Amino acid sequence: MAHDKQVDDVSGVEMTGHEWDGLRELNNPLPRWWLWTFYVTCAWAVVYWVLMPSWPLLDDYLRGVRGHSQRAVVMEEVAALQAQRATAGAGLQEVSLEEIQQTPDLLQFAMANGAAAFGDNCAACHGSGGQGATGYPNLNDDVWLWGGTLDEIHQTLLYGIRAEHDETRMGDMPAFGRDGILNRQEIRATANHVLTLSGQEPEEGADLALGEELFVNNCAACHGESGEGMRELGSANLADHEWLYGGSLQAVMASIDQGRAGVMPAWDARLDPVTIKSLAVYVHALGGGE
Amino acid sequence: MTHAQAAKRFSWDEGGIIALLGLTTLFCLFIVAKTHDSAFAFHGWLGLIASIGGIFAVVNGYQNRKGEQPEEVGGLPNYQMGPVKLGTFFSVFWGIAGFAAGLYIALQLAFPALNLDLPWTTFGRLRPLHTSAVIFAFGGNVLIATSLYVVQRTCRARTAGGLWPWFVVWGYNFFIVIAATGYLLGITQSKEYAEPEWYADLWLTVVWVAYLLVFLGTIWKRKEPHIYVANWFYLAFIVTIAMLHIVNNLTLPISLTEPKSYIVWSGVQDAMTQWWYGHNAVGFFLTAGFLAIMYYFIPKRAERPVYSYRLSIVHFWSLIFIYIWAGPHHLHYTAVPQWAQTLGMTFSIMLWMPSWGGMINGLMTLSGAWDKLRTDPVLRMLVVSVAFYGMSTFEGPLMSVRAVNSLSHYTDWTIGHVHSGALGWVGYISFGALYCLVPWLWNKRELYSLKLVAWHFWISTIGIVLYITSMWVSGIMQGLMWRAYTRLGFLEYSFIETVEAMEPFYVIRALGGALFLIGALIMAYNLWMTVRVGEEAEEPAATPALQPAE
Repeated sequence: MAHDKQVDDVSGVEMTGHEWDGLRELNNPLPRWWLWTFYVTCAWAVVYWVLMPSWPLLDDYLRGVRGHSQRAVVMEEVAALQAQRATAGAGLQEVSLEEIQQTPDLLQFAMANGAAAFGDNCAACHGSGGQGATGYPNLNDDVWLWGGTLDEIHQTLLYGIRAEHDETRMGDMPAFGRDGILNRQEIRATANHVLTLSGQEPEEGADLALGEELFVNNCAACHGESGEGMRELGSANLADHEWLYGGSLQAVMASIDQGRAGVMPAWDARLDPVTIKSLAVYVHALGGGE
Repeated sequence: MTHAQAAKRFSWDEGGIIALLGLTTLFCLFIVAKTHDSAFAFHGWLGLIASIGGIFAVVNGYQNRKGEQPEEVGGLPNYQMGPVKLGTFFSVFWGIAGFAAGLYIALQLAFPALNLDLPWTTFGRLRPLHTSAVIFAFGGNVLIATSLYVVQRTCRARTAGGLWPWFVVWGYNFFIVIAATGYLLGITQSKEYAEPEWYADLWLTVVWVAYLLVFLGTIWKRKEPHIYVANWFYLAFIVTIAMLHIVNNLTLPISLTEPKSYIVWSGVQDAMTQWWYGHNAVGFFLTAGFLAIMYYFIPKRAERPVYSYRLSIVHFWSLIFIYIWAGPHHLHYTAVPQWAQTLGMTFSIMLWMPSWGGMINGLMTLSGAWDKLRTDPVLRMLVVSVAFYGMSTFEGPLMSVRAVNSLSHYTDWTIGHVHSGALGWVGYISFGALYCLVPWLWNKRELYSLKLVAWHFWISTIGIVLYITSMWVSGIMQGLMWRAYTRLGFLEYSFIETVEAMEPFYVIRALGGALFLIGALIMAYNLWMTVRVGEEAEEPAATPALQPAE
């Protein structure tokens, strides 16, 4: 409250004479280094405004004497990268997949391209190492629904499975339960028979005779009498020990009840031809290629 | 006495609050009756219970009071500390809740199974719960409580508006409950830090205008010739938050009976408005508001004058003018025009010294009292908070530089930066203020235990260091992995590989967060025991006997 100037005993600095609830203020000047640093940052800002796009005008903006444009820069960078890849990958355009595999330079490029493309496009479903998950095939093993040769993998990549593409691979496992073809008991019997195809024990009291009869009438046309599957139709081999949707009685019953119609997208229009070729080579090399 | 009772009638503030709550009751009745949305109906019921409860409380208070509250008692201001106490309680409560929510989602990032496969506990719903709980519930209550305390003490005047300060604290916390339960039930307008839907926004607007008027009214009737620097900062915070909140939440509800609304801004304008809001929420809520706390509690605790009056003027005005421009640095390399990015970046650089003016004034106020850092852990907490403030306000301008931002943006570095400011600066200045306030408010000689304050300080400091260093390493690694190319021109790492690489740092971060939470629990215990068993203060010279909460 007192307006006469006082001096702080500790620092010897004059005070402003204001006081609030016991709080007072020293009248120290602005620290020089603080003030000058502030001026320097302001000067730097002005220089930056002159050089780079800065203040808006009525129907334009100050473009800056350097004529810098982030859009132009990114276009240049993308173009440069594409040119680099195009040069290195030029050899892949015309040659066959087998030739790529046999030519070390081309193979190196295809594997690098494939690994990058796989990580960003395929890993979400098939896993980062291609190990698959329930409903998404493992690409490391030698089980292939639609074939594991270079050309078959290439075709799957190009057109997908049950995808929105005229050339897509189409397989159709009916939903026997949902569509009222088989009742619950019949599904149970069929599933028990399916378990025996791969040498698993059926549950106690299973009606295997009925199961076999139903299997022959409803399933064998696509899966074969002994459940070995057919690649032309993409039907699963039921006699091995690999199960895309699970091999328990419950899982097999669910498959028969609801049908299965997993979708793999067609990459034809989404990735360039060299990248799709590279992916075919990469996936083939994961371990299961035929 | 009979004379006073005969003259008793409803005062303007009682009548005003009852009218407002009456309108709210009618609106909530309408919602409950008409809506088909169960979550919205739930909010309608909450509003109905709260507003009827509020009316009952006001009427009850009217019946029990003897006359008007005097402005002065025994020649000293008759301070209204009830709302401050309530805000202090809510600060600690929401602080613990917000820190716990943060720890839980940090653990979810390291161990995703913790989302429990339930919609209410997924990261997407709990993340805004965490950010809102710590910023708006914890920080907001600290700001409201301290501002109502400081403005009274430094103006030597009772708060203006009669019961309205009570309305501000209860109303604000009701907003918090609506916002938080809304997130869990899936109600959001999907704007970061502005997630609550239109009806919650409207309610907050009402509360905030009341807050502004109470604050201005108190300054208006001050007994001091000058306005103390803390009050400039509080006022800048209240005014600017009002403006930001209203402009960024201009939405059109799809119907009065539906919680969903659409923002009136579109495309890049919406993005600009959002980050003008988002950045200045940092600037005016988390910086200006907490600088106000610093300007009162540090000189008070250190018992030293503020270092430089001139510096406080210059850094206040430069901070206010420059901060408001810096928002576009959140949108570097996006569809926002480059010229706007330039302005955002250059103003952020110019903001460096104005920010540091507060740090200098905070730290240099200690000159002549540095020895107290050894003996007073509360002061240590306040001072370390200023050090974290200085670090964050250097790191911020650095990250706003486009070249740096191209590495740091979208990475954990941003999370680390935010938390060095949030845990270090906002957290510690708030803890320091709470440690000061509780003994003052409950008229205790001192805290229950200074030793526990020291434990709080060290445990949470280790927590902060673990948190921010792990996020720096993780963020910079993430940024470098994203931009790494092979010799043949392909991306070196897929996205999932960068996530795998970050996992150990997620675990370290969660550990840091756990330590911070443990520290806060120690504080809550200490404050609780201070209120319960602390020794009554002898009549302190400057403090009149506090009125019991009215």
